[in-house]
Amino acid sequence: MSLRDKLAAGEFTITAELSPPRGASAAAMLGRAELLRGWVDAVNITDNQGSHVRLASWAGAVAVQQSGIVEPIMQMTCRDRNRIALQSDLLGAGALGIENLLFMSGDHPKFGDHPGAKPVFDLDSTQLVWTARTLRDEAKLISGKELKPAPRFFLGAVENPFAPPVEYRAQRAAKKIAAGAQFIQTQYVFDLPVFTRWMTELGDLGVLDRCAVLAGVGVIRSVRMLDFLSSGKVPGVQIPEPVVRRLRGVAPEDVGAEGAKIAAEVIATVRQIPGVAGVHLLTAGYEKQTPELLRLAGVDRPSLIEVPSGD
Amino acid sequence: MTRTMVELQTRPPAGATPPGPKGRRPVPSRPRLSARLAYLVHRLVMPNAVNRRFAALVERSRVARKLFTAVERVQKEQLFGCRMCGQCALPVSGYSCPMGCPKELRNGPCGGVGPGGACEVYPEQRCVWVVGFERASSQGAAADLRRLQRPVDHRRWGESSWLNYWAGRDDELWTDDDSLHSPPAMGALQ
Repeated sequence: MSLRDKLAAGEFTITAELSPPRGASAAAMLGRAELLRGWVDAVNITDNQGSHVRLASWAGAVAVQQSGIVEPIMQMTCRDRNRIALQSDLLGAGALGIENLLFMSGDHPKFGDHPGAKPVFDLDSTQLVWTARTLRDEAKLISGKELKPAPRFFLGAVENPFAPPVEYRAQRAAKKIAAGAQFIQTQYVFDLPVFTRWMTELGDLGVLDRCAVLAGVGVIRSVRMLDFLSSGKVPGVQIPEPVVRRLRGVAPEDVGAEGAKIAAEVIATVRQIPGVAGVHLLTAGYEKQTPELLRLAGVDRPSLIEVPSGD
Repeated sequence: MTRTMVELQTRPPAGATPPGPKGRRPVPSRPRLSARLAYLVHRLVMPNAVNRRFAALVERSRVARKLFTAVERVQKEQLFGCRMCGQCALPVSGYSCPMGCPKELRNGPCGGVGPGGACEVYPEQRCVWVVGFERASSQGAAADLRRLQRPVDHRRWGESSWLNYWAGRDDELWTDDDSLHSPPAMGALQ
């Protein structure tokens, strides 16, 4: 069942992040995708995440698609391409059979490995969603020129419900939905009260029946990772005080296990929130432990129950 | 000895760059005109028959147009850190200029805003959209931030956005409302 169908059917859906390598081969990435086979419904192929140069997201998405391991979601940022290149790449993706797309502004080049690069940001993320919808629904470029055939896209966007102005975040997500977003993946959910309030606001805006929300879930695996994520240096990531205290309260070697427990609790809790369609695992590099995490969270993957775990 | 491409690319960052006008680079700027006053002036400068005729008159002469644009530039640079994109979003952004956002986002803040409302790129500055949301809310205009903003026409840089606004050339810049009930058309962008 495709991601689109699964979300339309209202089944609990799981996506995970997979980052392309810095190198001219997708083999290692496909190896990591293999570990997720059957456990997740689709994988996000990141677009030069953190402004670090990696293999192109369209190429990574095509490699994953052709491997038949799992369905890809191609990420696209506004950072590196103007409206000409973005539309051209959208047509290219459509021609290569990539239909699931996720749009975001993208981290500023300042944070990456080429801080002197020109930040493009010709369109913003809302305008990029709008552009992709125009290509698909009107069979036109945003110049008004007709295109044939129109692509069959399934459009996604992102939101960070925890970043100021928090009171505006549901409205901003609604703008992306008005522009054409059919699913939204969120930043790490650790602060459940704020997330629940944001979901309620989306419900009040009346947009949850036309857009699926996948809650972002992360696993804090070590003291080092906790220090890094709570340092305030990672754009858009805030770890609430109670979570920090809980992780600091266990022995350093147990932080990984406690982090997985917290993530499993988040998955189990958001599942109960009306309107949450599934979870998005922001756990790149953690593919091996993903099945264990999902078992811990009590997520059924019925097709896998018969498969021996191998250990 | 000439440095290699790699050495140039990987040299350490120039350090914290002081905010302020640096060429045309987008840097968040704190509006110097209070929200109350900005919205008061807003009512006066909204397009009407008088300023429409005035715009037509100014545009008839190249000198008048240049002079008018220069005055606008000085005023808006001082008050809002204007970079003269020529398609002013101030009336619907709480009079906090979105072109000062390092990503030039016209449809609201990115996800990287710090806990206290700091810009992720220039942490010593507040996010222009956090400021805009506060200012618009304080004047009962928060719903303006729900409008969808169309892409900027980059040929318009340096033009007077007041003249463009009065002459009606900016009419399609944003949608009338949040467009949640009917999907808005992007419209043809040349």
